[in-house]
Amino acid sequence: MIGIINYGAGNIFSLTAALDRQHISYEMVASSADFDKYDHFIIPGVGHAGAAMQKLEESGMADAIKGIDKPVLGICVGMQLMTEFSEEGNSDLLGITPVKTLLFTSDLKVKVPHMGWNRVYSQSENSLFNGIQDGSYFYFVHSYFIEFNSTFTVAFADYGLKFSAAFSKNNFYGVQFHPEKSGEAGEQLLKNFSEL
Amino acid sequence: MVSKRIIPCLDVKDGRTVKGVNFVNLRDAGDPVELAWQYSRQGADELVFLDITATNERRKTMVELVKSVARQVNIPFTIGGGINELSDADVLLNSGADKISINSAAVRNPDLINELAAAFGKQFVVIAIDTKYVNGKNLVHLNGGRITTELETEQWIKEVEDRGAGEILLTSMDHDGTKAGFDTNLLKKINQTLSIPLIASGGAGCMQHFADIFLEANVDAALAASVFHYGEILIPDLKRELRKQNIEVRL
Repeated sequence: MIGIINYGAGNIFSLTAALDRQHISYEMVASSADFDKYDHFIIPGVGHAGAAMQKLEESGMADAIKGIDKPVLGICVGMQLMTEFSEEGNSDLLGITPVKTLLFTSDLKVKVPHMGWNRVYSQSENSLFNGIQDGSYFYFVHSYFIEFNSTFTVAFADYGLKFSAAFSKNNFYGVQFHPEKSGEAGEQLLKNFSEL
Repeated sequence: MVSKRIIPCLDVKDGRTVKGVNFVNLRDAGDPVELAWQYSRQGADELVFLDITATNERRKTMVELVKSVARQVNIPFTIGGGINELSDADVLLNSGADKISINSAAVRNPDLINELAAAFGKQFVVIAIDTKYVNGKNLVHLNGGRITTELETEQWIKEVEDRGAGEILLTSMDHDGTKAGFDTNLLKKINQTLSIPLIASGGAGCMQHFADIFLEANVDAALAASVFHYGEILIPDLKRELRKQNIEVRL
């Protein structure tokens, strides 16, 4: 059973719909006291990373998340929350992965937000991408990105520069794209995560 | 780089699509959810639903539609029509819509753009603009082109971008329905000054029109309705043709 960390940050209807389509069971988790009930966790998130971090802290789950030893998947802003710091609101975040979340600046000569389907390439072998062809398209919507890191980046995309499309550190995983909106490749990724 | 997007647009009234659609193997051509599913299977990158319901029940039917689409379709979609305040957008977002599109509500109350961007993030806010060339100027029009405003299109686009729009959906009324091609000159001019994504709309008649607008104006996405609904252009064929012309598309 997947526990979806419910800290009041945005739309999770599409995520739960995608899990339903894959017959993956889930429940909402609003308190760290319930963490023992679940064998997987998803941290969703849209909008402002700083504001999301504040909500996560107010929910009382922020510190407990760092201690989870089961697979955890952060999606979009949920992934950014796992980094040390975001330029969005100059916010200190969970610091699970020692990388930073940065803004796509104007000198990159790309439109912001990065919105649409972009190819994702493997940087290192990871079971999250089992059965997904290298270079598959995933759907992205974001203005801030996680810096590429040769240790933690497991898949990258290119948008003015190479950035982390997916990372992992121990049992923690993050994807910058929206698997719940990324067609069959995204559904496969959710399925892979549920089977970790 | 991010690929160029192909976006079919569905007009919806009272929860049903209004323009006839002649796909094969369609059980119910009026069911927007089935159509959306078909388009996603064909390789559409995104969908736009324009709700033209004019009854008091509209909000309820819109929410039901959005939920049904989100349950069954695994690509992003935008919903437009009848969104006048924050609470309208909030309920649609929480029902699974990825973006909302506002048109005349933004003209009537430009602060709404700032409020929506602050509340939900700019990526959620698409500003739809209908433009028409009148007496030497490109002017913003409302109500499907029936009302002419004094707003100049280029200035209005700058303003909505400053206010927090995440994307522009620009429909050329001069080209819409002509099937003679997109308004390349205008779209190119607008796109050169824009730092957010631009969706071209109005005038698509054949596959080369899509290639032209991507190659000449470098827009981020192209939207069309009838050429897709009537099966005149099949999305897989279109994408193969675009790729043949070295345009990056998701296949």
